[in-house]
Formats: sequence, C-alpha cells, structure tokens
Amino acid sequence: MVNSQPKIQVSGLQVSYGKEPALKGLSLDVRDNEILGIIGPAQSGKTTLLKVINRTIDYISSARVTGSVLFEGKNILETKDVHSLRRKIGMVSPLPVGLPLSIYDNVAFAPRAAGIRDRKKLDPLIEQCLQQAALWDEVKDRLDTLGTKLSGGQQQRLTIARALSHEPDVLCLDEFSIAIDPVTTMRIEDVLKELKSKMTIVLVTNLVQQARRLADRTAFVWNGELIELDDTETIFSDAAKDQRTKDYVNGVFG
Amino acid sequence: MITRKQWTTVSEFLIETVIRICGISAIIFVLGIFFFVFREGAGFLFSKWEPIKFFFSTEWYPTSVSNKRYGILAIIAGTASVTVIAMTIAVPFGLGAAIFISEFCTGKLKEILKILIEFLAAIPSVVWGFIGLMVMNPLIIDIFNVPIGLTALNGGIILSLMAIPIIVSIGEDSLKAVPDSYREAAIALGITKWQMVYRVLMPAAKNGLLAAVLLGVGRAVGETMAVLLATGHAVQIPGSPLDSVRTLTATIAAELGEAPVGSDHYQVLFVIGIFLFTITFVINLTAYLIVKGIRVQKGES
Repeated sequence: MVNSQPKIQVSGLQVSYGKEPALKGLSLDVRDNEILGIIGPAQSGKTTLLKVINRTIDYISSARVTGSVLFEGKNILETKDVHSLRRKIGMVSPLPVGLPLSIYDNVAFAPRAAGIRDRKKLDPLIEQCLQQAALWDEVKDRLDTLGTKLSGGQQQRLTIARALSHEPDVLCLDEFSIAIDPVTTMRIEDVLKELKSKMTIVLVTNLVQQARRLADRTAFVWNGELIELDDTETIFSDAAKDQRTKDYVNGVFG
Repeated sequence: MITRKQWTTVSEFLIETVIRICGISAIIFVLGIFFFVFREGAGFLFSKWEPIKFFFSTEWYPTSVSNKRYGILAIIAGTASVTVIAMTIAVPFGLGAAIFISEFCTGKLKEILKILIEFLAAIPSVVWGFIGLMVMNPLIIDIFNVPIGLTALNGGIILSLMAIPIIVSIGEDSLKAVPDSYREAAIALGITKWQMVYRVLMPAAKNGLLAAVLLGVGRAVGETMAVLLATGHAVQIPGSPLDSVRTLTATIAAELGEAPVGSDHYQVLFVIGIFLFTITFVINLTAYLIVKGIRVQKGES
C-alpha cells in the first residue's frame, strides 16, 4: 500500500507565534490512504502542524508561517480558496464542540453551507456520516435535540460525523480521545480503521499506544522538529534510529 | 479599650451595612419615583380618567377654555412612528456594527471604533436635538423639497443615532460571549466567515442581540429632549415620515411647566408619565428576562 506520490508534502515548515518558535523547519510527507500518527510531548508543535494543513492558522494573528505544504501538488500556504481547502481537509479538535444546533443540523451544517438543501439528499448523507462516526444508533431517534446536550464522548463522535459531512480527502484528528472514555475511544479507533480505505488520516495523539494501535507510520515530533518518521513497527521497536524516540515511546520521558 | 479583633468585627459590620444600604437604595429610588409620579396623577386617574377617550381620541386640547379634551392617540402615534423609524435604521446599523467590531476587525481599528461608539453614547441628548434642528432640518427641506424639516423622519434619524451605541455595545458583548470554540469548529468545516456569523454566531447570541435591540427601543421611547427639538411638535397622526409629530415625552417636557400644579392638565401629564413608565418598564423587564434566558441556557450546557 506504499504509494510513491505523497498526499501531503510538508517541507521546511517554520511557524512562530510572535517570537516564540513552534515549528523549526519541519518536513514530512503523508501518503495516500494511510493513518499517519504524530506523537510527541505537549508544546512540541503537533497541533500547529494541523492548523497549518487546513489553514485555520490564519485566525491566529501572531502566527508567522514559512516553508511549503503541498497538497495535491499545490502549495496550501498560497491557496486562495481556503474554504474549499478546509472542506477537503477535515479537522476534529481535541475538545468536542457541539454547535448550538440540533444533532441533525450539526451534521448538515457544512453541506448546507455548500448549498445542499434538499432533504432527500441530506437525510442519507447525515445518516451515513453518523453511521461512520458510530453515533447513529444512539441518536437516530432524537436527531432534533440539541447537539450540546449529548455526552462528551457522543459530542466527540458528532464532531467526527460533522468533519465527515463534507466528504474530506484528509481527516485530521487532534487528540480526539482527550475528553472521552476508553470504550468510546476504542469504538472511534475502529471507525478510523474503516475510514482509512476512503481517506487519508493524520492522527495527532498524546497516547503513544494509540499511535501504535492505529498508525501505519508514526512521526515523533519534539520541540518543533521532526525527530523520526518511519513505519510504526520500526518506531516502536529497537530499530528506531534516534535514542530520544526510543526513550519517548518507552515512557522514559514526555 | 477595644481589642483589634473587636474592632475588626465592628468595622466589618459597618462596611457591610453601608454596602447593603447602597444596594437597596436603587430599589428605594425606583419605588420612590413610581410612587411620586403615581401620586401626582392619581387624583385624575381615579376620578375623571376615561381610558377609552384617553387612548383612542386624537383630540389633545388641554388648555381649551370651553371644552378641555385629553386624547393622546395622536401623541402615541407620534412616539410610535418616531420609534419605528429609529429602529428601522438603528437595528441593521447597530447589529451590523456589532458584528463588524466583534468578528471582522482587529487591532487598532477595533479599539478606535469602540472608543468612538462609547463617545457617541456620551453625547448629551440636547446636543442631538440641536443637530436635528440645525443640521437635519435644512437637509430634509432640501432633499425632500418640503416646507419644514422638523419631522418624524428627522426625530427618527436622531433617535437611531442615539440608540445605535447601545445596540452596538450590548450586541458586541453578546457576540463576544459566544465561545471561540464555536468559531473554530465552524471555520474548520470550510464555511466562509459570513456563513459562520449568520449560521452559528447569530443563533448562539440570539438572546443577547434581542436584548440589545429592546434596550435600544427603550431608549428611543424614553428619549425627550432630542425629539422635542427635532420632530416639530405637532399633534397629528403622521401620514408619512415627512409629517411633524409630537411624542409622549416631549408633551410632558413642553407642557408641565405651563400647567397649574394640581390642575387636570397637570395630572393628565403625570398619567402620561405613568403610561410611559409602564412601557419602558415592560421593555426593560422583557430584555432582562431574555438576558436571563441566556444565562440559564449557558448553565445547562
């Protein structure tokens, strides 16, 4: 399944917030239909990387970004049409945010904004997204209740359903399991394994073992730099090249 | 000798009492105002007051020698027309400005705009009236080719300028109260900024925005000096925005000094006062209940 042409190619990416550097010339590539796990301690720049990839970094006024991020051959940093870029690159943030709308409207939000109004088209799409996010069975009888009334784990799956609703090519997940229980986490992980056949997934996680379970390849990012990127098996074995990687995955630090 | 500990207890008690009195004084003042306005008007209200004639007659002849008539319909129409015109202008502009300041501008511009709008709110109403009289009046005469520019339109425009700062500052506060995570979540879905405002922020801040509008209405209904100067002060039901009108507040302000204390006329003016008091009370109470609604919702989520 190793593909020659990378889906996303990050090269020499530098990001700083004011004088504070967050990424110091990071380069990596994301392959088609893989789950790329990104691990590393807090403040190492993982979230910043995701924010650059779907250009939500634009809303942080102090951020300075240089380098290039190629997606489908075009530099994301220079693209004019950020809205369609963000539709192609879905994002799930660490804390679940149910928009103050009904469950149905939450998932229908992006399709509607893109101009799909017909219930006949929306209904199956919403069911499909909620199915994919493993939430359908729990909410199918109360799609009109407020999304914010769901439990934390349900809201997180709702945000995943929402991110799937605009049928992205790439799904970025930023520490999605931070607010949910282990059982729900496992369910979402199963979902991700299935989704992999349809899209590319970038999984930023604090849980080293989660990357080990899910990721095809794993990147270890530390202090704004890529320390090592290799097949997950390699990273989690003695074959890892960098001592810091070994120490981190074995829990010596971080 | 009192010990340090006793002194602490005593001073604590004193401070608490003083603060308590300060707090309660607001209630006392409101009740006091209501009591005195009511007392002045009560004599007429309970003996000679004919509500149907009062509310549904346009004949306002309080100083007629042979047949005094106190019908305020035309004056209510005056207040209503000026308020409607003011809100037609102030609501879109005020909410638009609130959205712009809160969502679309940053840094220096934002600070400057906020300061300017605060400044707008601080201009005394008589100055607004003066602008209506000296600036708007000739403008309206020129633009619409009418003999007199002191009209409902003039008063409405002036009032809208006075209501806009209130709508902007409360509207902006309520937009600011929407958690940033909503914005981030919405933006990450690939929608445009305006779609985010329209589909996420406005529903989320709906109650606060409504309260902003209502307080703006309250301001427009209650304002006196500016409309007294700008509307022409003619008792008639306006046929168009270019007719002169008279408002409830302006009637009280203009006539109270002329009416003999204790006379029917004097008392009727206080009845109008009670009526106005009731309107603004209802509007403020509604706004309060709506704002409280926001808090309850937030508490749940």
